[in-house]
Amino acid sequence: MAHSAIESKHLETTVSPADETLVIGDRRFTSRLIVGTGKYADNKTMQQALDASGADVVTVAVRRDRLMNEHGESLLDSLDVKRYTILPNTAGCFTAHDAVRVARLGRELLHQLKNPGANWVKLEVLGDKKTLLPDPAGTLDAVKELVADGFEVLAYSSDDPIAALRLKEAGATSVMPAGSPIGSGQGVMNPANIALCLELLKDGDLSYPVIVDAGVGTASDVTIAMELGADGVLLNTGIAHARNPVRMARAMRQACQAGRDAYLSGRIPKRKYATASSPWEGVISYIPGE
Amino acid sequence: MRDSGRQGLYNARVEVMINGQKQVIPNSATVSQLIELRGLVGRACAVEVNKELVPKAEHSHRALAPGDHIELVTLVGGG
Repeated sequence: MAHSAIESKHLETTVSPADETLVIGDRRFTSRLIVGTGKYADNKTMQQALDASGADVVTVAVRRDRLMNEHGESLLDSLDVKRYTILPNTAGCFTAHDAVRVARLGRELLHQLKNPGANWVKLEVLGDKKTLLPDPAGTLDAVKELVADGFEVLAYSSDDPIAALRLKEAGATSVMPAGSPIGSGQGVMNPANIALCLELLKDGDLSYPVIVDAGVGTASDVTIAMELGADGVLLNTGIAHARNPVRMARAMRQACQAGRDAYLSGRIPKRKYATASSPWEGVISYIPGE
Repeated sequence: MRDSGRQGLYNARVEVMINGQKQVIPNSATVSQLIELRGLVGRACAVEVNKELVPKAEHSHRALAPGDHIELVTLVGGG
């Protein structure tokens, strides 16, 4: 009996397999990091960075048929559509109507590629070109229309907890509050708001996936988001524009795992004063005040 | 005369907007023929005509009309 008590205590402190899986709707993924495919200097670097990130899901954009980048490369020649689940975005859309159009085009493209990412979309309805912050009203309208059209919507949101909650209530499969503006590298600007988003979105629905999307500048930003209890982090520029994207991708992967483990382990409370790690008993030295 | 008339009809060309640019294409060309003309056969390519998606299954019988606004899109790197 004593043995099994020890064993069960050990199990409590061990991360269960379920904790290691990111569940979004009916889909399950090993990695909690979702990475973008934009802004890379060349496709070879992108391939290596995606590999180093450990991501199962990668985002793409829908654009007019300028098929090649400045090096004469096409994304689809370099992206392994059998390995990755592709999450098409509606980046560049400023109205719900345009976002719905782009989402449908993305779904059509993924159907043609026979990729499991068809039927889901990373919804962005942006408010203005300078901040690229989401338009809450347009995003809400688009979520309703896309859900009615059979999409699983991962909705990019501000970190406003009520705005995020309304998107969930409208049927979004996941809400993705921004850490800070897209590509800004400012990290999680308002951790208290992200914590409130998590609390409201997961109230009575602990498994509802909340992914911190945008603003990641370096590995610690990913860890902070994950320590707050986010289910995952989505980033692009932080890797693609690092001096060494492949190494940064590895750092992001490790940071994501570290943050998740820390969240599940339970951090200690913050205290005003120190608590000694070594015992006072048996100290041979002079102690001030004693 | 009849032959040249028919020829004229066959050669009739119409103006449409493709990806925001004016283009002249053969009269009554289908979406499939347009994809062929643009060298996109075998490529992932989604098509919208007048802001409505035309699924791939309809490409071969959807004829384009003068003044149509056509978008031909694919996937590119993005975040």
